[in-house]
Amino acid sequence: MKLLVPLVTAGLLLGACAPSTSVPADTPSGGGDRTGTLKVWLFDEPNRAPKEKVVQEAIAEFTAKNAGVTVDVQYIPVETRGARFKGAFNDPASAPDVVEYGNTDLAEYAAAGGLADLGPAVTAWPEGKDLGADAKASATYQNTLLGVPWYVGVRALYYRTDVFTELGLAAPTSQADVAAAGKAIHARKPDLVGVAAGGKYTFAALPYVWDAGGDIPQINSAPSRAGLTAYTSLIGPEICPAPQCADLTGGKTVELFAAGKAGMAILGNFNRGAVDAGPVKGKYAVVPLPGGKPGSIAPAFAGGNNLGIMKNSKRPALGADFLTLLASAEYQGKMFDAMGNLPTLTPALEQAAAKDPFLKPFTDTIKSGTRFVPLNPGWGKIDAQGVLPTMIQKVVTGKSTVDQATDEAAKQIDAALKQ
Amino acid sequence: MTRRFTPLWLLLPAAAVLVPLFVYPIWQLGLISALDLRQAQVSGGQPTRYVGFANYVALFGDEQFWSVLGATVVFAAACVLATLAVGAGLAVLLTKVGRLPRLLLSLAAMAAWAVPAISGSTVWMFLFDTNLGLVNQVLRLGAYNWTYDRMTAFALVGAVVVWHSFPFVMVTLYAGIEAIPGSVLEAAAIDGAGAWRAFWQIMVPILRPLLAIVVIQSIIWDFKVFTQIYVMTAGGGIAGQNLTLNVWAYQQAFAAGEYGLGSAIGMVMMVILLVVTLLYLRTLRRSGDPL
Repeated sequence: MKLLVPLVTAGLLLGACAPSTSVPADTPSGGGDRTGTLKVWLFDEPNRAPKEKVVQEAIAEFTAKNAGVTVDVQYIPVETRGARFKGAFNDPASAPDVVEYGNTDLAEYAAAGGLADLGPAVTAWPEGKDLGADAKASATYQNTLLGVPWYVGVRALYYRTDVFTELGLAAPTSQADVAAAGKAIHARKPDLVGVAAGGKYTFAALPYVWDAGGDIPQINSAPSRAGLTAYTSLIGPEICPAPQCADLTGGKTVELFAAGKAGMAILGNFNRGAVDAGPVKGKYAVVPLPGGKPGSIAPAFAGGNNLGIMKNSKRPALGADFLTLLASAEYQGKMFDAMGNLPTLTPALEQAAAKDPFLKPFTDTIKSGTRFVPLNPGWGKIDAQGVLPTMIQKVVTGKSTVDQATDEAAKQIDAALKQ
Repeated sequence: MTRRFTPLWLLLPAAAVLVPLFVYPIWQLGLISALDLRQAQVSGGQPTRYVGFANYVALFGDEQFWSVLGATVVFAAACVLATLAVGAGLAVLLTKVGRLPRLLLSLAAMAAWAVPAISGSTVWMFLFDTNLGLVNQVLRLGAYNWTYDRMTAFALVGAVVVWHSFPFVMVTLYAGIEAIPGSVLEAAAIDGAGAWRAFWQIMVPILRPLLAIVVIQSIIWDFKVFTQIYVMTAGGGIAGQNLTLNVWAYQQAFAAGEYGLGSAIGMVMMVILLVVTLLYLRTLRRSGDPL
């Protein structure tokens, strides 16, 4: 899940803006050797053991079916993945066959021409039809499917049940409810912020923009401005005072809510562990982040990781077999049990949600439609330059109006996306 | 004739070290600043083009450059003055106090000096944390955010910069003061000079060469300040309000991938520092004292 946060410097240095002239591979992921060693790169995790166990199971099943095949899995550190992938693109001999990668890195890798077209393999895969349209779109670059979403993470609205009961508030079902509840909480309990809305928390602000009908490439359009106005109105003396909230990042928002200093916060399903580690354990509930229209759900950002095949792979068909095994509903379910990662295949997701009612607001959010950052190598630059946080901060500190700040951001976004 | 060239070849060993270490990187920096070098060119996707002064033209036409430059100059000047005042004041104090206080003060200063900038900044940041910081708790300030207001943020970072750099000034000047013959100070005292007068009219003139070094060093350090700003204001403060040239150059080059533009900022900084240093040395020469 670390992948959802901005690119690390290593990634930036080595490949944020690869040539847009090189076209993704058109070699289908078919053919090649059916024996030998299949090299797989998966991301290392802070608690890797359960993930490794599931992967080992998959390998045992795979090698039993495919005689003469061994699978060599390497767990690569997330922080230096940029350098590793760049190296793999440049040196086919040392490149892996199957890789796990962050979905926000897709455009960058695709522009570098490093990933193979998975379209035919996924069409031939019986479970491929269970892949949601949003999930597929987040792995598609210039009409080519370059990955199979392996798991996703989405954000929803966490709120303090004890505080809501005490103040006689109901769970919010519209943006106006969120703001009103936030005001009530901060007024009655001044040591709590109403909603922990961060000036640097891009993925909390974007649902407001998307819900209003705006998007990142049109950030200075009227709908985008309306969405931004709604979000930034949360950061002010009545709900989340600017001195406290203007420089709040996503990570700090988690801390604030977990420490019991916020009435509500927009957090991901993957933040549950961190929240439960704090004093608010057992004192909160989650609902989908409401949209502007009462009862609607604001589109969430769908972060997550994909599985892909390297364009240089000598065993693309064998790799696709292993990939589809790992991405199957069975193993997605096992990965959910082991790591809590939300499955991308609809049946696996429904099963997981049935097992754990905590997930319902998140699966509801996914079902109502998710959105994604621009699939463009320029996104890395927009992210690294902090264009969107700067825009939000200028508004909440009163340095610029929404119109000025969005015009300025639009200029930088245009420049980055066109580069 | 041979005599005239002797100094030149005596400089050769030094040049052998300095040229590769300083001249070559500066040449590279200058070269990059004249190229259209962005991430796409570094990754080899697009050809690198020579653009002459285009990066500089873009830089000087950018409003943000002038505001960052202004902030950098004012911030550096304030830090230099504060560092010198604190350093010189404590150096004089060191000569006046007994052995134990002197030892303790020196140890404290050495510790501040020895702390790496990044750890020092982090510790200060913990102390001044909005929600959990010791300072806010002791002063009962509630959730006061020290980096929200531009001036407070600069003042806090400035305090850390001074804390990191005053020991050098203090130790250097203390050594200088100790080297002043006791008879001179005694004569001044007999003539009725108080501590203040003795400092300005006896110590300062005698210490002039030392002061020159200390001032130039401080200007260079404080003008180039990076770590404290980068760590304490999370890369330049809320909406970039606490950017200084060095942090901005880094952001342009490495975050935005605009290596050409970042290098141009670096070149501008170097030229400014060279000019300041040369001017300062010249004023010293003019006033007649040999260095």
